[in-house]
Amino acid sequence: MSLTELTIADAASGLRARKFSAVELVRAHTDAIAALNPRLNAYITTTADEALKAAQQADDVLAKGEARALTGIPLGIKDLFCTNGVRTTAASNILKNFVPPYESTVTANLLRDGAVFVGKTNLDEFAMGSANITSAFGPVENPWKRNGDEAALVPGGSSGGSAAAVAAGLAMGATGTDTGGSIRQPAAYCGIVGLKPTYGRCSRFGTIAYASSLDQAGPMARSVRDCAIMLQSMAGFDERDSTSVNCDVPDYSAAIGRSLKGLKVGIPAEYRAEGLSAEIAAAWQQGIEWLKAAGCEIVDVSLPHTKYGLATYYIVAPAECSSNLARYDGLRFGERVPGDTLDAMYEATRRAGFGPEVRRRIMMGTYVLSAGYYDAYYLKAQKVRTLIRRDFTEAFGKVDVLLTPTAPTPAFAQGEQSDDPVQMYLNDIFTVPASMAGMPAMSVPVGLGATGLPLGLQLIGRPFDEETLLATGSALESAAGFTHRPAIRAEAAK
Amino acid sequence: MTYTIEGKTGAWEIVVGLEVHAQIISHSKLFSGASASYGGEPNTHVSLVDAGFPGMLPVLNQECVAQAIRTGLGLRARINLESRFDRKNYFYADLPTGYQISQFTHPIVGEGTVEIELGDGTVRHIGITRLHMEQDAGKSMHDQDPARSFIDLNRAGVALMEIVSEPDIRCPEEAGAYLRKLRQILRYLGTCDGNMEEGSMRADVNVSVRKAGEPFRTRCEIKNVNSIRYVMHSIEVEATRQIEVWEDGGEVDQETRLFDPSRNETRSLRSKEDAHDYRYFPDPDLLPLVVEQEWVDALERGLPELPDDKRDRFVKEYGIPRYDASVLVAEQAIADYYEEVAKGRDARLAANWVTGDLFGALNRTGRTITDSPISAAALGGMLDLVSDKTINGKIAKEVFEDMLETGDSAAAIVERKGLKQVTDTGAIDAAVADVMARNADKVEEYRGGKDRLFGFFVGQVMKAMAGKANPAMVNEALKKVL
Amino acid sequence: MSLDPATVRRIARLARIGIDESDVPALQGELNGILGWVEQLNEVDVEGVPPMVGTGHAALRTRPDVVTDGNCRDAVLSNAPDGVGPFYTVPKVVE
Repeated sequence: MSLTELTIADAASGLRARKFSAVELVRAHTDAIAALNPRLNAYITTTADEALKAAQQADDVLAKGEARALTGIPLGIKDLFCTNGVRTTAASNILKNFVPPYESTVTANLLRDGAVFVGKTNLDEFAMGSANITSAFGPVENPWKRNGDEAALVPGGSSGGSAAAVAAGLAMGATGTDTGGSIRQPAAYCGIVGLKPTYGRCSRFGTIAYASSLDQAGPMARSVRDCAIMLQSMAGFDERDSTSVNCDVPDYSAAIGRSLKGLKVGIPAEYRAEGLSAEIAAAWQQGIEWLKAAGCEIVDVSLPHTKYGLATYYIVAPAECSSNLARYDGLRFGERVPGDTLDAMYEATRRAGFGPEVRRRIMMGTYVLSAGYYDAYYLKAQKVRTLIRRDFTEAFGKVDVLLTPTAPTPAFAQGEQSDDPVQMYLNDIFTVPASMAGMPAMSVPVGLGATGLPLGLQLIGRPFDEETLLATGSALESAAGFTHRPAIRAEAAK
Repeated sequence: MTYTIEGKTGAWEIVVGLEVHAQIISHSKLFSGASASYGGEPNTHVSLVDAGFPGMLPVLNQECVAQAIRTGLGLRARINLESRFDRKNYFYADLPTGYQISQFTHPIVGEGTVEIELGDGTVRHIGITRLHMEQDAGKSMHDQDPARSFIDLNRAGVALMEIVSEPDIRCPEEAGAYLRKLRQILRYLGTCDGNMEEGSMRADVNVSVRKAGEPFRTRCEIKNVNSIRYVMHSIEVEATRQIEVWEDGGEVDQETRLFDPSRNETRSLRSKEDAHDYRYFPDPDLLPLVVEQEWVDALERGLPELPDDKRDRFVKEYGIPRYDASVLVAEQAIADYYEEVAKGRDARLAANWVTGDLFGALNRTGRTITDSPISAAALGGMLDLVSDKTINGKIAKEVFEDMLETGDSAAAIVERKGLKQVTDTGAIDAAVADVMARNADKVEEYRGGKDRLFGFFVGQVMKAMAGKANPAMVNEALKKVL
Repeated sequence: MSLDPATVRRIARLARIGIDESDVPALQGELNGILGWVEQLNEVDVEGVPPMVGTGHAALRTRPDVVTDGNCRDAVLSNAPDGVGPFYTVPKVVE
């Protein structure tokens, strides 16, 4: 099997068994990036030279028998994680030349465990988007094609570059961040596994903020086990993040393949929403059957405030982003457009530096926080958020995990959806509620739809019970036997 | 008597509330580990958190919370066991993140009160509305370059307490007394050094005027006044301006103004067409701050005795007048000095010496109590010599001056100069006899009823004995023979 | 609630995002579209419901008062678009 088709778990044993070297493994990926990235645009910045150097060091470590969990494993890093000395753009013009003199906690943890970074992956600008079409560095192409159709499809967003890179074999795994579905939805669109941990599980230190009360880093990989391996490294308490939660990180891999006998799986009625495509409804039903067969008890539950999740999100997230992005003012870092006065400089800098979607969300957030509107919008939304959270808490009184679709449709073509921002926002309808409540959730590919595109199902768990997600996800994974590969991939490009 | 300003239409009262920004004494900043100390090369007391770099996050300094609670306790105020941090959003060159983290809706300290005493002895209570923690901003410098302002973030993120008073102040003198009292309390508590010149304490002054019995009229806020004297001046100047506006049939606009001491006027800060809209909301990077009552209790147990309590105790324990006690508790170091001198001695005499001769000497030599050339122990030693009649009061003054100059102990000076008081009745009687013999005419006059001359005889005897005689014994001896 | 052109200009100004007069109609349309859509929250009865504050997983932690950071001026100024000596700069502010 080609080195770019291996799972992280297999590659790690292959490295230890000296079947191949870290340099070979990493070079296979940097070559694949060189070959395919011009088309897919999954990476904004590639770091082949640094990666190969790191791979040589990894081989030394392997030779000494001191390998750690990720030693020599080539990963892509969403370009929202600050990486020391490596340009970090958030896919925005305003940071197009920003080189952080510091490392995010999540990437530092991965480096500690031996990971090799092959580049910084593309995303929607400041993680604001669901199709990876708002990047200042151009859109990402989904490596999957509809049957008999060469049209470029979107990879989902905002972690679209990470999803495309992992799907196409340009990385063995990648980091993502999820604010309203930005890990799970692109994972579903690209046929990979993506896990958004509980809010507070992974440190936010050094990760460029979009909406602080929602942002959470997580792994994206081609198997549930690989996500477990990555999460093991990424997760953990960080005293530099006041919202980081100090609780033990369990052995996530141990959850893989765990018996599901007696596990109660909730099926929320409200997710049978309008616009749910027939193929996804069918995949959901199939997932239910598989879990039943694995010994789970299926329980109908209700999450009555589900339908308000998105509207709540589109008040809370813009409000927080309008404040979080105020620091991009052309003064201490980032691009500056000169002006005669301070305000002229601010206005010119921020007009030129931010793309239309970011400007729109900043303005929306500015409005909902402004005098006279705070109670009607922001305060109201935070109250609805309490109700959404209560829905989940009540459901988790009856069941151990929830099973839903990840997205209402499979990937769509660039330009196929209307220009109406609200229509675009609806792609996140199933992922947003768990974000609003801070619950962990994961998307697992379970099959191909009528047009040959991957379909994902979402599992939502109790706070800090990522293990049940991994256990259930691995059951779905083995039942589905999802071995399909996208049309554009490193192996096929040779 | 209510303080009023006379206008064309009659007398106007003034109404003042103060918002004091006091820098919290701490080693590091409110939300970052950078140094909070004053000075330092530009942009060195700055972390990437303070500079608002992408992905940087705030972590709260526990000591700043403790300092805010201590201050709240010192102001006899309610401590809110749950408080929150909000973001106050606005753009400015010295505000790196584009928002100031401040406790807008849920401050850590609620209502309290400060007792002030005016020159005529009137005691008033000024209400405290709230105290909250917030970040200071950086500094813009406008003089270095023709086209640019320079930004130094050393102050950015340093912890401040904003202490807001009720609009209870009715005259400039009360404003001054309130600020001095607040500063005294902060210094006692060790929570702020109260240094207005360095900007570690500054005031925003809210002023309005009204006719007696009216509800409040529109107020103006005078920003960032940096001395007590200026606060008092600015109130008068601004109140006078407002009275003119009202009396000319105009309306006072609610606005922010600046006090210009050189021209003795306040002027409006260009109000932009978009009034500030700070878009406060809870900072999502910080959770609610919850403090335990036990911790508050422990902090309370650790508080020093506060000035009002100390003053009352001095009056009671040392039997000194309230005015003297107030003077002695003005600063903790003075009070400590006094107590060391007074303990086990004549406390009134000690108070007279400290507030009289010692303060005079410090004034003359430009020193403060902490570097006083005469230590409390040394002054006490001298008072002991007075009490045991080794020296009399007059000689004590001479000894004191010598101590000031040489730093020698009182005992050593008395020994060196032979200033020991003469209590030998034989010597005194001899001197009395000698003085009487040389002033027979005066003796006649005295005996003829000119009582005032008694002082003359005392003076002559003392002079003859180089001031060293025990005055009481001299009196007695004179009375006997006269 | 719907935005008029003056409000669009005001919030752009508050957010320090320069806009041209020709941008206003499109922005007004988009923002009103989103606002109209979030109006659905009016159906939700939130009487007596507390707003979500934090995520309920923990209370705020504090750190000891120790100087652990700063003295890193090179890093602080490393990305400055227009630094002069030890300072950041901005167009001259007239106060």
